[in-house]
Amino acid sequence: MKKRIIITVCAILAVAVILGLLQALVVPKYTSNAEGLLTGEYYAEAEGHDVIFVGDCEVYESFIPAVLWEKYGISSYVRGNAQQLTWQSYYILEDTFRYETPKAVVFNVLALKYGEPQKEEYNRMTVDGMKWSPSKIGAISSSMTEEESFIDYVFPLLRFHSRITALEADDFKYIFSSKKVTHSGYLMQKGIDPMVGDAPTDGREELDYTLPETSMEYLEKMRELCAENGTELILVKSPTNSWAYWWHDEWDEQVREYAEEKGLAYYNFIPETEAIGIDYSTDTYDKGVHLNVYGAEKMTDYFGRILAENHGLAELSHSEETTSAWQERLDAYYKDRNS
Amino acid sequence: MQFTSYSFIAFLAILFAAYFLSPKRWQWVTLLVGSYVFYAFAGLDCLVFILFTTLSSYVISRLMESALKRENDYVAANRDAMSKEERKAYRARAKKKRFHILLWGLVLNFGILAVLKYTGFAVYNINSVVSLFGGKGFSIPSLLLPMGISFYTFQTMGYLIDVYRAKVTPERNIAKLALFVSFFPQLVQGPISRFGDLGAQLTAPHKFNGKTFTFGLQRILWGYFKKLVIADRVLTAMTTMLDDPAGYDGAYVLLLIIVYSIQIYADFTGGIDITIGIAEAMGIKLTENFDHPFSSKSTKEYWRRWHITMGSWFRDYIFMPISVTRPMMKLNKAMAGKFGRVAASKTVAYIASGVTWFVTGLWHGAAWNFIVWGMLNCLVIIVSEALEPAYKKFHDRFPKLTASAVYGKFMSVRTFLLMGVIRSLDCYGDVGLTFRLWGSMLTFKGFGAIVTGGIFDLGLTAADWLIVLCGIAVVYFVSRASARASVRERLYDRPIMSAALCGLMFIAIIMLGAYGFGYDASGFIYGDRF
Repeated sequence: MKKRIIITVCAILAVAVILGLLQALVVPKYTSNAEGLLTGEYYAEAEGHDVIFVGDCEVYESFIPAVLWEKYGISSYVRGNAQQLTWQSYYILEDTFRYETPKAVVFNVLALKYGEPQKEEYNRMTVDGMKWSPSKIGAISSSMTEEESFIDYVFPLLRFHSRITALEADDFKYIFSSKKVTHSGYLMQKGIDPMVGDAPTDGREELDYTLPETSMEYLEKMRELCAENGTELILVKSPTNSWAYWWHDEWDEQVREYAEEKGLAYYNFIPETEAIGIDYSTDTYDKGVHLNVYGAEKMTDYFGRILAENHGLAELSHSEETTSAWQERLDAYYKDRNS
Repeated sequence: MQFTSYSFIAFLAILFAAYFLSPKRWQWVTLLVGSYVFYAFAGLDCLVFILFTTLSSYVISRLMESALKRENDYVAANRDAMSKEERKAYRARAKKKRFHILLWGLVLNFGILAVLKYTGFAVYNINSVVSLFGGKGFSIPSLLLPMGISFYTFQTMGYLIDVYRAKVTPERNIAKLALFVSFFPQLVQGPISRFGDLGAQLTAPHKFNGKTFTFGLQRILWGYFKKLVIADRVLTAMTTMLDDPAGYDGAYVLLLIIVYSIQIYADFTGGIDITIGIAEAMGIKLTENFDHPFSSKSTKEYWRRWHITMGSWFRDYIFMPISVTRPMMKLNKAMAGKFGRVAASKTVAYIASGVTWFVTGLWHGAAWNFIVWGMLNCLVIIVSEALEPAYKKFHDRFPKLTASAVYGKFMSVRTFLLMGVIRSLDCYGDVGLTFRLWGSMLTFKGFGAIVTGGIFDLGLTAADWLIVLCGIAVVYFVSRASARASVRERLYDRPIMSAALCGLMFIAIIMLGAYGFGYDASGFIYGDRF
């Protein structure tokens, strides 16, 4: 009997190890679509930031921490993901406060328009990279679509096992590591695909222009979380405004009213496009939906000045260690930009 | 809560723990609570129906028991005062009374089943007739069909008939009877158990037994392997062909017949393996429902090996009683005088078979394709029986050939294909369409397309087909090995090998199973229908 128990325990352990290895093999490596790696990269430099950006794709394509450091000496990190929903931003922010307390948090408001979980693949890209904590559990629970199961997040193998028949060389290459793809959360896009014709003047019609209650609730939770930690919450809307992701005046008005009521700063950069210097014939990589690196540099410079002048983030002092780390990041940024 | 859901695995783990941690005398109560929790997941409305069946069966069985006791007491008290003939006459009258009580139980419960399951079909047929005369017809009602109603109704009515026949002593504890009616693993797709086999086992205390528990888990694992690795993976190809049956005619019909045979076998036997495994882990032995059906050499043999408990239910409670009804006896007598005893008894058997297969078809589904399916099975069996002398002559003339392994395989393949062809009525769902597609199959149109890559345009990649083929090979070899002796028994004495194989099986299910997000997780075919 004792022998049987030992054999059973050994077999269970062996199966667990094999499944662990197989899990590492089959989980997506996001080598062709780097957007799935953004969340996880934060933990390698999760301390000492003055500013944390949170939000959807607009935030990680519009603000460049390296440029913010270079021009204004502000240490920052972008914790954004593709279609990162407001509650995901909240939990990512909660997760961030476990590691550091920034002076300011900048939230890009476009995702406020979503009141319900959207797509499993976007949930995965945002949440999978988070380290396990109550924040991750909250992020998963609030984000799952009806077809998803919590256990699939605990054991990603259950979700991605079918990739066993579609493995690629990169799945073996990055089985125990992943490619570094961002510059402090900024995902560099160097291509130029100009906007065709005049800029759109209106976007997709909505049935209801009231911002969903759920997203506004989480915005409020974000505000409370920041207030508890003595961090200023700043709301922004990046300057891009395409038909599919149109920022309606009605939404703008609701955010403005909320910001006024709560005493928050809100910057809508859409009307500032010219002042920022964005030229959609050179500063976008996808016909005006997102900024490329050249547009993002202009945007960062413009916003950096606002942070420095209006939010007390000028002339910040940093340790030698931080300064040297940022120099390395800056070098890496320009190496990548100019390659 | 489907067997393939994560919640069911969690439910099972909790139930096993609760069952073995419960005091022995309360284990059956744990099982009853677990069964009702499981059933409640299908919808609280469904509980009303299963409770009614339980309550009505309890009352009817107790009434029959009382009637029988009164009858026996009366006969015992008046043994000396009554002649043999008087006793016989009294018994006949008393039996008739008990039969009337039984009839109430059958009418009530089969009535519920008939209303819930067949009203739509009846209205559809009435509308078809009405439309012939230019009428508008009625709207088809959408009625709740409680999970497993066909299974638990048939199982419970079998119990009532057995009580009537005095084959079993009625259960006096209604909660224990409730457990027999609702025992959760078999609610989804059977097997249809007999009270005499299962009743006492369910309520008996079961001490944890490492060997039995391991065997149960192994059986469950085996069931999941068949269901997830083979049945649910191949389902995509089937669905693709069934979504556009006219576009997949000719050789594709033959392909569908083969694919569907594999799918239903892996799905149904897999589900039964899980059911039997769950019971076995708790020390309860359920009746086997399959005995290598695809090795059958004739249709009759096939039906002795496929869905055994359903077949025996229909034999014992439909075929046999019909065969001995008064009109049948009269017919038998009348025919025996004119055409001989053999012809008379065959005629009676054929009529009873016809009725039985009609009901079997109807039981499988409230649609004409199922009725035609049943009648075709009946026809094949009758024709086979009628040709029996011719077969015998052939076998006598070529004894070496008919005794050879090749001939045996030929017979098995022939039966497999014949059953597959008839079974395709089930998946096409339309009798006219199925007949047309059978016709097109003879043209072999599309054969070239299938072999030159068309098989990979059915939603399954080459890797998927490879997984399916490997899965089938594993099932085939295990099945062959188990036909000689229990594979689990043989492995039990080799614990390292046993652990390694179970580990491999578990990994294969996790890695190669068609489940989870991105798959249209399907329920079990029999569970969905009943």
